[in-house]
Amino acid sequence: MIHDVDVLPARGVEPLVPHLATIRRVVWETDDTYTIALDLDPSAAGYTFKPGQFNMLYVFGVGEAAISISSDPATSAVLTHTIHRVGSVTSSLAGHKRGDVIGLRGPYGSSWPLTPAQGRDVCVVAGGIGLAPLRPLFYSLFRERKRYGRIILLYGARSPLDLLYRVELEEWANRQHVEVIVTVDRSDTSWKGYVGVVTNLFSYIKLDAPSTVAYVCGPETMMKYTVAELERRGVGQGQVYISMERNMKCAVGSCGHCQYGPYFICKDGPVFPLPQVAHLLERKEL
Amino acid sequence: MQTEDLTTLLRQHPFLADLSTEHMDILVGCASNVKFNDNQYLIREGEIADKLYLIRTGRVALEIDSSERGSIRIQTIGPGQVLGWSWLISPYRWHFSGCAVTDVLALALDGKCLRTKCDNDHDFGYEMLQRLTQVMERRLEATRMQLMDLYGSAEGAGR
Repeated sequence: MIHDVDVLPARGVEPLVPHLATIRRVVWETDDTYTIALDLDPSAAGYTFKPGQFNMLYVFGVGEAAISISSDPATSAVLTHTIHRVGSVTSSLAGHKRGDVIGLRGPYGSSWPLTPAQGRDVCVVAGGIGLAPLRPLFYSLFRERKRYGRIILLYGARSPLDLLYRVELEEWANRQHVEVIVTVDRSDTSWKGYVGVVTNLFSYIKLDAPSTVAYVCGPETMMKYTVAELERRGVGQGQVYISMERNMKCAVGSCGHCQYGPYFICKDGPVFPLPQVAHLLERKEL
Repeated sequence: MQTEDLTTLLRQHPFLADLSTEHMDILVGCASNVKFNDNQYLIREGEIADKLYLIRTGRVALEIDSSERGSIRIQTIGPGQVLGWSWLISPYRWHFSGCAVTDVLALALDGKCLRTKCDNDHDFGYEMLQRLTQVMERRLEATRMQLMDLYGSAEGAGR
């Protein structure tokens, strides 16, 4: 069962020209990760996105960064992005406040395909900030809940203080036929949850392998081990979708910064059916 | 508890999946059904390692004591998993402490009893060793991944 992902053309006549976006709020999720909510300029009327797509956020005078959209695709009027503060753009953006204006172009890239999951169980595996581009997928799954079987989220973070969307995770876990299992790599004795890598969590779920579709996003090494674990449990490569990441610049497949073997992550990805990229996972210098 | 009840419980644990009746009959003599309360220690670093625990329900956190950082939780062991193989390796001392973080039901296999039976019946011993080394291999793989501190790096930053 291999379904292509939806590769969507960049919107607009001028895909490299940013729209203006006004910051509605900045919420710190952890010490180094924040969620920024944006109101789009009227010039972006009709903007829509699909789960798994990303925008280029432009801090004027500093630069651009490719950031996945973390909000509900059904409410495109307010866009949220959850951002790990690591470089000049994301650090500068972190200092912005309500009312400040930034540039935004997008949405770009492929999306998590929902059709293959219809009538099947869904297993989502997220590592660290990799939960952010998966959040819109959950909103979409929950919106048409009856179309899907069980929904399982296995989520790993560095420590309890690094967990994203805690309140929302609890809300998801309370839904019928939804399992949310969280683990952290390290903790002190105040944490009563699981400690260890995210792949350990497979021990605590029962997968109906032939009837499961898996969506995976996180650091590449984590994805490599997760894919191996899924295979070990009988989930074939054709049932798995992963989101890849490289340094993106133009976002339209022109500059070549994000080349990954024969693909450009910005244009052909970031979401790929696993069989398309399995042979490239963690190949050196790609 | 009746031996046959214990055998049923042992059979339900993934570590002993498909174990032959002959080997199960050998093993059951070393087994007991145990319960621990939340916050109770199953094993303590430095003490004699005399048990192999097969966790049925609940969670056990493995801890290392550090003078600088206090007790650090490095891993949790949950339902269907195995705790402790130091009973197999001289000098038979625990290298970690294991604290129940919920109420825990487990099957305890006596280490000395198991060692003796493994020595007396090498087929049984090889079977046990094969199963334990699989657990060790998976645990080692997970530890390596944990050491990489994947989420602490810039990798995945721009998601």
